[in-house]
Amino acid sequence: MADIFELKDIEVWDGNMAASHALRQAQVDVVAAYPITPSTPIVENYGNFMANGYVDGEYVMAESEHGAMSCCIGAAAAGGRVATATSSQGFALMLETLYSASGMRLPILLNVVNRAIAAPLNVNGDHSDMYMGRDSGWIQIDCYNPQEVYDMNLVAFHVAEDHDIRLPAMVHQDGFMTSHTAQRVKTLSDEQAYNFVGEFKPMNDMLDLDNPVTHGAQTEEDWHFEHKAPQHHALMSAVLPKIQAAFDELKSLTGREYNFVEEYNMDDAELAIVCMGTSVETAIEVSNELREQGVKAGVVGIRVFRPFPLEQIADALKNTKAIATLDRSSPNGTVGMLYNEITGALFNTSTNTVVNNYIYGLGGRDLTKVNLHTVYRDLAKNAQNGKLMTPLQQFIGLRGPKLSFF
Amino acid sequence: MTQIKAKTKNLKNFSTSTERFEGSNLLCPGCAHSIIVREVLNATDDNLILAASTGCLEVCTAVYPHTSWDASWIHIGFENGSSAVAGAEAMHKALKKKGRLKQPERTPKFVAFGGDGATYDIGFQWISGCFERGHDMMYVCLDNEVYANTGGQRSSSTPIGASATTSPAGRTSYGEKRNKKDIMAIMAAHGAPYVAQVAPNKWKDMVKKIQTGFATEGPVFINAMSACTTEWKFAPEDTIAISDLATESLVFPLYEIIDGTELNITYRPKNVIPVRDYLGAQGRFKHLFSKQYEYLIDEWQSRVDAKWEYLQRREEARV
Repeated sequence: MADIFELKDIEVWDGNMAASHALRQAQVDVVAAYPITPSTPIVENYGNFMANGYVDGEYVMAESEHGAMSCCIGAAAAGGRVATATSSQGFALMLETLYSASGMRLPILLNVVNRAIAAPLNVNGDHSDMYMGRDSGWIQIDCYNPQEVYDMNLVAFHVAEDHDIRLPAMVHQDGFMTSHTAQRVKTLSDEQAYNFVGEFKPMNDMLDLDNPVTHGAQTEEDWHFEHKAPQHHALMSAVLPKIQAAFDELKSLTGREYNFVEEYNMDDAELAIVCMGTSVETAIEVSNELREQGVKAGVVGIRVFRPFPLEQIADALKNTKAIATLDRSSPNGTVGMLYNEITGALFNTSTNTVVNNYIYGLGGRDLTKVNLHTVYRDLAKNAQNGKLMTPLQQFIGLRGPKLSFF
Repeated sequence: MTQIKAKTKNLKNFSTSTERFEGSNLLCPGCAHSIIVREVLNATDDNLILAASTGCLEVCTAVYPHTSWDASWIHIGFENGSSAVAGAEAMHKALKKKGRLKQPERTPKFVAFGGDGATYDIGFQWISGCFERGHDMMYVCLDNEVYANTGGQRSSSTPIGASATTSPAGRTSYGEKRNKKDIMAIMAAHGAPYVAQVAPNKWKDMVKKIQTGFATEGPVFINAMSACTTEWKFAPEDTIAISDLATESLVFPLYEIIDGTELNITYRPKNVIPVRDYLGAQGRFKHLFSKQYEYLIDEWQSRVDAKWEYLQRREEARV
């Protein structure tokens, strides 16, 4: 067993360091990794822990992200705790194997430090990679700050490895904005954290030499459906209750409360911004300022993106008059991903709200409070008239002629 | 050192080994894959952790709800059989260190199988990575010189003059234009402790090499010639006869390279037969026997001669 790491109750960590410490405390058995900005420090820190005896598993520096995830899959099938990290192009390169991990029902933790996808090449934060993973069968949890990265990593292990779940999980944070910004992080002791995550219990592991197993068999039209549907069913029905139980347990342990959908100033909100990542915190500040002026402005942050908490989202937004969905990825030929998801969640409800779509922050472009004041002003117009008075889709903070559609 | 199995004195004996690769599978009649796999697996009594890349072997041996494998087995994709086994090997090391192995007294062997497409081409990066990192594993290439699973397209293992579906012979083409990639030299250049070329007809030579491989610590590469009845176009019952032609004509010489340098030729045919006999027995080279392309048969012969000369000089030089 590895040495105990002396932690203070409050550490100053960036998001990457928070993730590294969560992996260390979970005593991951195999980390297979390939460096990519801005997630690289996660595995660098882990390498440091290993060099100093604070972790005692195996650390495979693969030749690519695809190789790293392939090693992770082999290691997970062998029956132990597995984690890695990536961003952007690396995520895209992994994508093929992500489907294999979930299809084989192998719990693997992937820290995704969200970043734009080329071309043009860009190392900064946006959500293109997160959205690319949306159909891969992984649990996807989003974080807005280093504290959440730390907590959600522990939650993700706890949920993914449960024998009723057995699905891989991604923990997302915004490239540089969260990953490289140091903040106060309240820590658990190594023992507390390990106990919360729980001991890894293997299932159908290849290293049980008396009980050989076949992983990754071929299925054609006679069986494929019967495998994919239960996989989807597990995501849709078993995961959210398990995450809720983990959130409850974490709350009793730390006092920190998390929800699938984080609501701020939403009790009587008529105008709502729905967004993910660090923009949630910016939106909260703006909503607070507007509240002082008597504007009923609220914010809905999506914490659990897969499985998508349809009911909770519909419930959070049921009394609104106008909603803006903020998408941090290029929609490339349609409305933003989040716009699609949110309107989908609302369509069969009695909510009579107006929803429009903003594309923002591509490739790390700042989202300012001034930007969001403008969004809320648009929302007020839409709410007042009960229909779209502003374009369905607009770009925030784009230089040059104003682009909007529909 | 791995215990060398006692039961390998003769083929009858060897054929009674415990099967980890069961007889039932969907491979073509006459496919050399199953012969090679049995020869590899039966060479050891140790437990096995296996991976297969997407390819003939994979799609024909684990079609849900059936499996031909009485040993733990995993398939991820076309390119990453090597990484899958490397990951399992890393997990074995980790759990051993942590004292969490269920049967700590037994150390399984880690083996990945891939076709020539999965090895020479798409999966090459992953294999290279695994070998550079030094995982304790064996990679076996089932080299049938063609993308057989997808219907016979050329790979970088397809030899010059072969007609493949993406390099077909026709009125103005003799088929594949490139020489086969020298995967043995490439893998040896990784500094792998053991690299060997084997053929299923020379089963004793093969078993000896596999056992040497299993006894070697670190990554071991085995290139196994796998005659393909479907794409080489010969009768299913002739698999071993065609394999004999390959080894007797030195088209497929049997040798090993230790620690990236020391080369040993392990089989010297008593009477070397002309390459023409090997080519003539297969439909994929049929067109070479026309006036237009016959010069290629001579080129083939001189290339095989030159390679054999090179191997012998390397062996003598001990470098």
